[in-house]
Amino acid sequence: MNSSQTVVKVGIADLNIVRSPNTIRTSGLGSCVGVVIYDERIRLAGLAHVMLPDSNLAKGKEINKAKFADTAIPELVERMKREGAGAFRLKAKMAGGAQMFHFNSQNDLMRIGPRNVDAVKQQLKAFNIQLLSEDVGGNRGRTIEFDPQTTMLEIRTVNKGVHSI
Amino acid sequence: MSFYKNIKTIHLDILKEIGNIGAGHAATALSSLLNRKIDMKVPDVRVASFDEMIDLAGGAEYVAVSVFLRIDGDAKGSMFFVLPLEQATYFVQKITGDDAFSFTTPPCSELGLSAMQEVGNILSGSYLSALSDFTGLNLYPSVPELSVDMVGAMISFGLIEISQLSDFVIVIDTALKEMDVSANEAIKGHFFLLPDPEAFQIIFRSLGVPLNE
Repeated sequence: MNSSQTVVKVGIADLNIVRSPNTIRTSGLGSCVGVVIYDERIRLAGLAHVMLPDSNLAKGKEINKAKFADTAIPELVERMKREGAGAFRLKAKMAGGAQMFHFNSQNDLMRIGPRNVDAVKQQLKAFNIQLLSEDVGGNRGRTIEFDPQTTMLEIRTVNKGVHSI
Repeated sequence: MSFYKNIKTIHLDILKEIGNIGAGHAATALSSLLNRKIDMKVPDVRVASFDEMIDLAGGAEYVAVSVFLRIDGDAKGSMFFVLPLEQATYFVQKITGDDAFSFTTPPCSELGLSAMQEVGNILSGSYLSALSDFTGLNLYPSVPELSVDMVGAMISFGLIEISQLSDFVIVIDTALKEMDVSANEAIKGHFFLLPDPEAFQIIFRSLGVPLNE
């Protein structure tokens, strides 16, 4: 780590992009999915903290694109292209989509984690972006940090320590 | 944000009173459960972004014990009782008499976890029944779920319903602390009440101050 490095933080239902040597991070993913899309050639990466699978769930008029899988990924790809990323070089990694609580409920929203994971995968497929690795499901919260230099996604959980994918 | 624009000071005051009554009963229940004096802060009602809401509970990565339940019935919503690990450990030790129990060194015994869940059950039940009496609304708590994890991961689950309508949440936050002679003034726990967006009009109407639409 040298002192000129910064960590770009992405909040819940938010997205951003980062260039090496900086890294990008989002904290406390539960049922949300953190999806990283990157272009290794130019050391550029984007991260979205997706909360819901589909913008059809939105009841309001204005849509926060970063919140839904079907709007966050197109937005991220667009922003990366504007920064010079090659669409055909994009790769992805993702983590999250846990089931933090186990209610016996008919309500579909209670199993939102797996639905977020599926929706993100569907979007990546639609953009022909290869998903290289994932750490999804389970019932643990995750904090993730991606380094566009090494293309490693570091995942931290409360009791299982840190690992990279 | 448009959803919140009709909410006036009087409505916020009502929400504060709801926090006051609900958490007041919960604090009394906790006092008798632990045989300790439990003090309650004046409830705080605010419109917060999701990130701000998570910061209120300690920050996305802060590891805490949380009891979460869904409220069903006339007015739906989510409720969290969030405690620091040390405090939850202390509660469980007091109740079970097992001094070896600790949330900071998992795995935790089933008995301890179950005791904590029961504490959450009693407290949230007394919070909700006070609320139900006050508003005349039928409110049914789901069975509480216990989790020990990052606050961001736990709280965000309670924001799912609201997130379909808004990027902001109205949170009724009441902090509880133990009156301690050792002068440790740290706040020990929080009740967060997060009514679903549709619930506000129902609550306000039940108390005779509907929102102007």
